[in-house]
Amino acid sequence: MTKAPAKPKTASRRIKVDALSRVEGEGALDLHIKDGAIQDLKFRIFEPPRFFEALLQGRMFHEAPDITARICGICPIAYLLGASQAMEDALGITVAGPLRDLRRLIYCGEWIESHVLHAAMLHAPDFLGLDDALQIAKANPDLVKKALRLKKLGNTILEIVGGRAVHPVNLKVGGFYKLPDVTALKALIPELEWGIEAARELALAFSAFDFPDFTYDYTCVSLKHADEYAIHEGRIVSSDGLDIAVQQFLDHFGEEHVEHSNALHGVAKTGEPYLVGPLARYNNNFAQLSASAQSLAKDIGLGATCTNPFQSILVRMVETLYACEEALRLIKGYEQPDASCIVAKAKSGEGHGCTEAPRGICYHTYRLDAKGLIEKATIMPPTSQNQKQIEADLKGVVERNMDLADEALKWRCEQTIRNYDPCISCATHFLKLTVQRD
Amino acid sequence: MTDPDRLLLIGYGHALRGDDGVGAAVVRALRDAPITAVAFDGDGTELMTLWQDRSRVVVIDASQGGGTPGAVLRFDATAAPLPAGLMRHSSHQFGLAEAIEMARALDQLPSHLIVYAVEGKTFQLGDALSAPIEAALPQLSQQALQDLTV
Repeated sequence: MTKAPAKPKTASRRIKVDALSRVEGEGALDLHIKDGAIQDLKFRIFEPPRFFEALLQGRMFHEAPDITARICGICPIAYLLGASQAMEDALGITVAGPLRDLRRLIYCGEWIESHVLHAAMLHAPDFLGLDDALQIAKANPDLVKKALRLKKLGNTILEIVGGRAVHPVNLKVGGFYKLPDVTALKALIPELEWGIEAARELALAFSAFDFPDFTYDYTCVSLKHADEYAIHEGRIVSSDGLDIAVQQFLDHFGEEHVEHSNALHGVAKTGEPYLVGPLARYNNNFAQLSASAQSLAKDIGLGATCTNPFQSILVRMVETLYACEEALRLIKGYEQPDASCIVAKAKSGEGHGCTEAPRGICYHTYRLDAKGLIEKATIMPPTSQNQKQIEADLKGVVERNMDLADEALKWRCEQTIRNYDPCISCATHFLKLTVQRD
Repeated sequence: MTDPDRLLLIGYGHALRGDDGVGAAVVRALRDAPITAVAFDGDGTELMTLWQDRSRVVVIDASQGGGTPGAVLRFDATAAPLPAGLMRHSSHQFGLAEAIEMARALDQLPSHLIVYAVEGKTFQLGDALSAPIEAALPQLSQQALQDLTV
């Protein structure tokens, strides 16, 4: 990116992005710079709130997965499974064996479709100085064809296990309504073998990008599982040494309202921002990635930890390769169980669930009465939790790029926000950018 | 007669959002015709997959161009891009026009692609088709069928 002549230190600049593009939902950024220092920086989410937690009150426990899945069309599995697990926790049910494997499999599908959509179609244009994926398609049609085919593979897994690609209908508290067709599952094997290679090729292509020089000493929060790279189950850990059961989440993390956002800000009880998502998972659980995922990471210049948020596009592709491998392993080993679910009976109680949405941990908790009606619901989507960290990243990036002209600075700020693949529709919804320099 | 599998009608839009359901209504009207007819309201990037290996494709979508409700415009999308800003589309998904241009860039357009834009009146969730759209349906269905089976 070309640098404009340095602005005089006394200049006042106001940069506004009124509607961020290539993000999910409606959001904006206001930046006010005075005498070479940031006066004000606000990442605003103005998507109207949808009051899901209130409308869940009085509904039956088994309705929560399908209702909350409507929070997001990109990552419905995070809601279907998070809500189901919370209910299972409240009702004393454990889903194991092939049903558990099917849940992990469909989650791999969601990671593949969501990561590839974001990395190739929404985030890659930032690094190429292009406005959108259509421009990439013109410049590099083979790359886009590969990405679309890989995304389609993720969608197909959702269709076969979940009944359809957008808002799957086959998941429920206790398991599934109907077991997937084994022949259709096994037929995915050749495409998944292709997918592993395709993810690798895309990662290698993206590794040639010029990554802005920026690192942050993140507090990384993610799930961790004893036996696997955590996707849909585990304890909640942080890079600061926190290690808690999902049930203890609200003892350590909370939400606060800030005037400039319709989405509550996630905040650790210490008051500090924290990071969730691919980078956090990678940093906390690198050792549990497969050998070929680790080897890909090495080939594209990543170490065992990554603290440059702009390289999240690379981490997403490492996770995509891993998700293809996992899906392949799960399908090869799948044997149809006798029942599609464990029958859940209503009783009073409280339950908690947490899974790794493509964008980071998505936490649910519900309180049920004796009839199984929901008395209270709390959901903390990943983008809410990341908002404070996004603002911290933006401050750091602006401070290091103060010399850029307004348009270039605006571009860099949008790119910084897109590092998070923010799902503003989940957080409420998202983006506009405003920079003022006085 | 051409293999019905090679002839595809796509009714693009949300069947429960008033006149956005016009495409789905044409799909219903032509369900017994010797063509493949699908209603679709997903991500535009999927359109390319839908029309892969088809020889003739017709897409029907609602438009919000400020014209007379029920007015039908016909475009040959293999010849030129759709006029900008005509179709209703989401802010965070690929719309029809973007999907067509993406397919053109990737050399994935079918050899014949006709798009009908039907000017809608109401797009409220839960609304039925408005009267002008209902009135336009029979002729629109016949035209679409003719485009596919010439």
